[in-house]
Amino acid sequence: MNPIAHSPHAHAPITVSRVMLLVMLALTPATLFGFWLYGWPAINVWVVSLLAALAGETLILRLQQRAIRPVLMDGSGILTAWLLALSLPPLAPWWIAVLGSFFAVIISKQLYGGLGQNPFNPAMAARVMLLISFPVEMTTWATPAPLGSTGAASWLDSLAVTFVGAHVDGMSSATLLGHVKTEFTRGIELQQALSGYYAPLDALWGHRGGSLGETAALLLLAGGVFLIYKKIITWHAPVAMLLGVVVPALFFSSINPAHYAGPLYHLLSGGLMLGAFFIITDPVTSPNTATGQFIFGLGCGLLTWIIRTWGGYPEGVAFAVMLMNAATPIIDHYVRPRIYGRNRRGVSMSIEPAKKES
Amino acid sequence: MKLFKLRGGVHPQGRKELASERAIRVLPMPDRLFIPLQQHVGAPAQPLVKVGDHVLKGQLIAASQGFISAPVHASTSGRIVAIGDYAAAHSSGLAAPTVTIASDGDDRWLETDSPSDPFSLSPEEIAARVGAAGIVGLGGATFPSAVKLSLSRKNNVRTLIINGGECEPYITCDDRLMRERASDIIEGVRLIRHAVGAVDVMVGIEENKPAALLAMRAAASGTEVKVIAVPAMYPMGWDKQMIRALTGCEVPADGRSADIGVLVHNVATAYAVHEAVRFGRPLVSRLVTVSGGAVAEPGNLVVPIGTLVETLFQYCGGFSEKPARLVLGGPMMGSELFSAAVPVVKGTSGVLALTAREIGSTQAAPCIRCSSCVRACPVGLLPLEMAAHIRAGNSNAAVSRGLKDCIACGCCSFVCPSHIPLVHYFNFAKGELMEQERGKLKLEATKKLADERMARTQRIEREREAAAAKRKAAREAKEAAAKLTQTITEAA
Repeated sequence: MNPIAHSPHAHAPITVSRVMLLVMLALTPATLFGFWLYGWPAINVWVVSLLAALAGETLILRLQQRAIRPVLMDGSGILTAWLLALSLPPLAPWWIAVLGSFFAVIISKQLYGGLGQNPFNPAMAARVMLLISFPVEMTTWATPAPLGSTGAASWLDSLAVTFVGAHVDGMSSATLLGHVKTEFTRGIELQQALSGYYAPLDALWGHRGGSLGETAALLLLAGGVFLIYKKIITWHAPVAMLLGVVVPALFFSSINPAHYAGPLYHLLSGGLMLGAFFIITDPVTSPNTATGQFIFGLGCGLLTWIIRTWGGYPEGVAFAVMLMNAATPIIDHYVRPRIYGRNRRGVSMSIEPAKKES
Repeated sequence: MKLFKLRGGVHPQGRKELASERAIRVLPMPDRLFIPLQQHVGAPAQPLVKVGDHVLKGQLIAASQGFISAPVHASTSGRIVAIGDYAAAHSSGLAAPTVTIASDGDDRWLETDSPSDPFSLSPEEIAARVGAAGIVGLGGATFPSAVKLSLSRKNNVRTLIINGGECEPYITCDDRLMRERASDIIEGVRLIRHAVGAVDVMVGIEENKPAALLAMRAAASGTEVKVIAVPAMYPMGWDKQMIRALTGCEVPADGRSADIGVLVHNVATAYAVHEAVRFGRPLVSRLVTVSGGAVAEPGNLVVPIGTLVETLFQYCGGFSEKPARLVLGGPMMGSELFSAAVPVVKGTSGVLALTAREIGSTQAAPCIRCSSCVRACPVGLLPLEMAAHIRAGNSNAAVSRGLKDCIACGCCSFVCPSHIPLVHYFNFAKGELMEQERGKLKLEATKKLADERMARTQRIEREREAAAAKRKAAREAKEAAAKLTQTITEAA
């Protein structure tokens, strides 16, 4: 006999793989911009990351003797690798991408029990691992050399960069955040450090040195708005994270503009936009309730600003996200929706006849 | 009128257009009717007829038992051919006590008295007539209406809300009833108001039923009944949701709506009250929506209680394609039917034959904690956490997260991108808890019996000892006396 089909006998037209596909769609403009801006090496890094994630997931599932096909088809591994690739330097060698993807899907995800079980965002965990273990490779940034321009690496050159570790002259530069941090250590003031290095309009479009897909602030913002419109994510965490950066930046820069950068500088630098709309909205590692997500986002933003401003690393998004991931269970423990007919502590409302004027 | 903010809810595809424009039709009287004795919440009714008896339409065939129960009446005139178990309208497919009537084809009503002016009746008399007519909540809850009426009067209910939400997809019977029998419904509403002494009367109708709103507004003009459009969303027809939308008040979790001075009845119940009080007609038929993608000609039928579901499908032209699933009630909360050879009961608002495409469910995948279910839950629960605890075999942890407040509306399962059968988990855990509670009661009863037995044996033992001691004392006394006599004799 058939098992009893349980109500509801209707379902919203949504699946996990559709969610993942929509997120990938939202990432596509910023990714294509990264491909264009940094040329073939960037494409290589992206392709290698995705292939490595598929291979790594196949390997671990085989070892665990679990069904491979449904896991690969849900798209979560590919999305993780995609996000990781966007946070890597475009000139990264192939093994950085492979190691990162393997770490993300095998150690950060499948060893915890697979999709939905990991406490830390796999892409950010992999990025932090790479940054700590291979600081040189992870901070060698490319000067923008758009495809088709004279400075762009040809496809064959790019293979040498990615797979042989060839160094191309004039291709590397520092990121804005890295540059400012270095200048600070030399005792140079902010305005001076920024001059000639920071053009807000370029930063808005993303025409600057940086990670593969983190620089195009506007395109990332558009992708995020698309996801909010599609009801895949809500505004709470992203808006809170941006506020968490903007509010202290505004406050401190108005007190001491010589040392503290303003909000626009922070908004348009590093991985903030990618983090706010695509990383901290990862449902698995963020709280369940709207209020919880707001607190989570605010924490991510504040920690990012603190690490950027006072920490040893120029960029803090990945660290901030992991720290707040660790706080997710406790946020979920304390922040719960109020149940109908009960107060916030879960006690039933008093059974008093309603006092209503007639 | 100002409406109050609601939490959660979903917007499933309505699919009401399948049946909403089909006018009410009366199903021809079937040859046989299978009338279950329990069609309501509470104790089953006690049969009053024997096999071979001839009954008239509306004649009492089973009387209500106890405080929370409802009587059952013959849905047509004819002969009782069987009293015994028959498959019930339930997904278990188990049999339940049922009275079977073979129709004599006359469909002759029992002569009853009906008041010339029902509003001259006392509130108690109205409640008594509603109770005698076997009226139960026709929205699906099937709670005996008369019990609600008398409780509400005792609790000084001031606000009467008539629920015209009908938020379940496909189901259109209340919609059609409001369009075609608006003035009868309004009179029923006013009778209920009279019976409970309510001050405010509001009829809440979802705004996706403009024709019903129009008809009800026209019928209510000049009366104290206010007809109010409420947002179209599921579960708008949840009585507590309707209360929140119209009054802004919430029913305490440990209480009833009467505790905040509100009584809620369904529009179809109001219509049945009108029929019972105005014409003395007990509840022997109801309006049922027959719909679904597999039904050739969906529609809304007046169906005698006890008609087999398969008769309804046959009357609606049979199936245009093979249905993937038969559902009793709406798709959100209805239960699957394994056989269409089960009778329509008082709580049956619809029968659906759904195609595989309409069901659209796939294999369950891991939870990605997207919290769509948290946003969808109208109660304010955390379905994903509760389900995780139940999966781990820890139903009690789910209780501490509000399992008992779950209304099984299905919003969480509906929106889940991983297609996790959340409601199934919750119902399983609720069943398990019930089992636990029953086990605890049984244990307590056993313990009580054992304690009593122990006390009894101890008492007997004590009594025996006391008797023995008494005997011994008597013997000793006797011996002592004998010794004394002997001593005295010896001394003498």
